[in-house]
Amino acid sequence: MDLTYTKAQIAFRDELRGFLADKLPQALSEKVARGLRLTKSDYETWHAILNARGWLGVTWPREHGGTGWDAVQRHIFEEEVTAAHAPRIVPFGVNMLGPVLMKFGSDAQKALYLPRILNGDDWWCQGYSEPGAGSDLASLRTEAVRDGDHYVVNGQKTWTTLGQYANRIFCLVRTSKEGKPQQGISFLLIDMDTPGVEVRPIVLLDGEAEVNEVWFQDVRVPVENLVGPENAGWTCAKYLLTHERTNIAGIGFARAGLAALKRIASAEMQGGRPLIENPLFAAKVAQVEIDLMAMATTNLRTVAAAAEGQAPGPESSMLKVKGTILRQQINALARQAVGPYAQPFVSEALEAGANLDPVGPDYALPATQAYFNNRKLSIYGGSNEVQRQIISKTILEL
Amino acid sequence: MEFRLTEERRMLQDSLRRFLAESVTPARIAATTDDAAGHDPDLWRRLTDLGLPGAMVSEARGGFGGDGFDLMVVFEELGRAGLPTPLLDSAVLAGGLLAETGRDDLLARVIEGQVIAFAHAEPGSRYDLSRVATRAQRRADGWHVAGHKAVVHAAPAAEALIVSARTGGAVADEDGLSLFLVPRDAVTMRDYPLQGGGRAAEVHVDATLPADALLMPEGTALAAIERAQARATAAQCAEALGLMEAIKTLTVDYLRTRKQFGQPIGKFQALQHRMADVLIEIEQARSAVINLCGHMDAERPLRERHVSATKNLVGRAARLVVEESIQMHGGIGMTRDYALGHLAKRLTMVDHRFGDADFHLERFVALGAA
Ligand SMILES: Cc1cc2nc3c(=O)[nH]c(=O)nc-3n(C[C@H](O)[C@H](O)[C@H](O)COP(=O)(O)OP(=O)(O)OC[C@H]3O[C@@H](n4cnc5c(N)ncnc54)[C@H](O)[C@@H]3O)c2cc1C
Repeated sequence: MDLTYTKAQIAFRDELRGFLADKLPQALSEKVARGLRLTKSDYETWHAILNARGWLGVTWPREHGGTGWDAVQRHIFEEEVTAAHAPRIVPFGVNMLGPVLMKFGSDAQKALYLPRILNGDDWWCQGYSEPGAGSDLASLRTEAVRDGDHYVVNGQKTWTTLGQYANRIFCLVRTSKEGKPQQGISFLLIDMDTPGVEVRPIVLLDGEAEVNEVWFQDVRVPVENLVGPENAGWTCAKYLLTHERTNIAGIGFARAGLAALKRIASAEMQGGRPLIENPLFAAKVAQVEIDLMAMATTNLRTVAAAAEGQAPGPESSMLKVKGTILRQQINALARQAVGPYAQPFVSEALEAGANLDPVGPDYALPATQAYFNNRKLSIYGGSNEVQRQIISKTILEL
Repeated sequence: MEFRLTEERRMLQDSLRRFLAESVTPARIAATTDDAAGHDPDLWRRLTDLGLPGAMVSEARGGFGGDGFDLMVVFEELGRAGLPTPLLDSAVLAGGLLAETGRDDLLARVIEGQVIAFAHAEPGSRYDLSRVATRAQRRADGWHVAGHKAVVHAAPAAEALIVSARTGGAVADEDGLSLFLVPRDAVTMRDYPLQGGGRAAEVHVDATLPADALLMPEGTALAAIERAQARATAAQCAEALGLMEAIKTLTVDYLRTRKQFGQPIGKFQALQHRMADVLIEIEQARSAVINLCGHMDAERPLRERHVSATKNLVGRAARLVVEESIQMHGGIGMTRDYALGHLAKRLTMVDHRFGDADFHLERFVALGAA
């Protein structure tokens, strides 16, 4: 074993650092570092910068305009961009739909959609979950009925992240009620401008509306928007989920979170000393740091074991469970560190350039918001209970 | 030993629970954050008519309660309803201080429902009771008080404030703290909504006050502040208990009704066991609150050990209840408009006032060593 990066990997890392120092706009990284709201155009700006360098399709092969990077390079990339406080790559087009189209899409679909994802012509959102179909995704009921050259779609999706920015949605729809529920599902691409599509915001605990309900009433979708054969959508869905879980460990986010936690705990005073010097608090910070050091290696071991260009298997469930717990622990410690100023809730102060000063230290509100918001980490992308179920079934064979 | 409530307290509990269940709506809770007062004036009037502020004050001082278990009964119900009110700040905290000063005239106003806030903590004090930088200087005809008080609950609704200030000693000294009665118009405020509902304010004092603004002998206020905060902590922990009970009811209901994979999710053993753990911790929290309320009038070392023990346990239980209930709800548990959202946030904020679980863990150790 060799835990050090090779010369080539170090050169790669340095190249990334140079690029980030050069090209990541300071106004943008400052917003991310301070936990302020990001706008649609913030994300688009960052995508365009990465794309200009050929680095947006991180998991994509070269033939489709991707980086062709191996697992270690992707890991280094994640670490560097999060350390530099770059916005995250919006995953729905690049990391989710892209790989599905490459594997199951028609040539026409690949030619049309893949470049549009990289160029920022399309903002995709993910239409899987429904009010009645969360963990039990296969019970979904949004229906697509064939009518000549079109499907007519009726039903409702929910929890659609950033659906308010999207112009397209990829959906799992029911095209048959025969056989097992999984057998009657199709993977359909829908233009959100089509008459009958309605997006309604859902406000979360932090007061922000990052998710939506998406309603479909007699929405006519051309049949050529079907990906793969009719009633074979479950295969695409499962394939996509394994890709959704790449980078699921969130090591970069955890590192950035830990660094922020240490900054807060150094600034906060308790009993006349910085909180970070309080033995009880310091021990808790050390505990998550120790877990994170091992987690980084668990992550590398797992991604390295996955065959070249392939998504990791059931082991990714371990990364999801442990990685999200770790990030949530870091968020909880940061909230605790903030102390009494976790109470004020002046969300206008999250707007960059707001002329309203934060109440208390400027890190207080973002740290508190992140605690509430990141409760989602253990719920979405397959809840941690579902992941544990996968581990016990497929790895332990219980 | 006797763990049942007295007949009188049971009646108070019943009528309060019924009243709150009938009158508190999500819209009214949301209004407490938007309303300039930081609470619902109409509900507050009706709660005052029910005698709530008076139930926080002993008969000797013009009330009709004031025992630890009076606090417990009332605040558990307010917690269950998730309703922000000025009761804790005005009747328990400020009222507790006023009861020690012999200012029964002011206490009578509190019992009638007027709001008096206690402005003590400061930007740098975190949870240390003695860390006060606000200064008071004697002038020919009275006092000059100047300083910044942080996250003062109930301040937006207050007609007057009790402000702590140093008349002597260094910033963290135990001696040298004094209390002043300051009229609302003698301070400036920046008020704002709170994560847990209601409003608070940053209070800036730079005021010249008459000689009789001093509420108790100069330099001796810390012991009284500690006693008042012990009562406030008991009230807050009882409120947390009520919040936990309400969250438990919601979550158990959800486990029974939400179906995935063709059955109620409450049939999954993974969730059953975790809900069982939540129940166990809520019962522990109830016992801790009973312990504290039963020691309200004990000698300092014993009372304060119970303050820290209870605040530590309730802080830990609160986090477990919040995180598990959100998780077991799935996506719906993340939303602002489902009933869990407000309750979970309000319960989370308990750990950010009067000391968090770790602060009280260390304090418990220190009190034991002393
Ligand atoms: C912030 C956020 C963003 C999201 N973004 C998207 C998006 O963009 N697109 C999209 O399609 N979806 C999205 N989701 C939806 C997400 O995938 C679902 O919330 C998730 O699948 C869980 O489903 P549910 O919320 O219906 O909870 P449920 O499935 O009802 O689960 C409730 C509880 O029961 C547990 N449970 C369920 N089944 C079992 C079992 N067999 N054994 C043990 N425990 C079980 C769960 O773990 C959970 O704790 C998002 C969710 C959130 C919170």
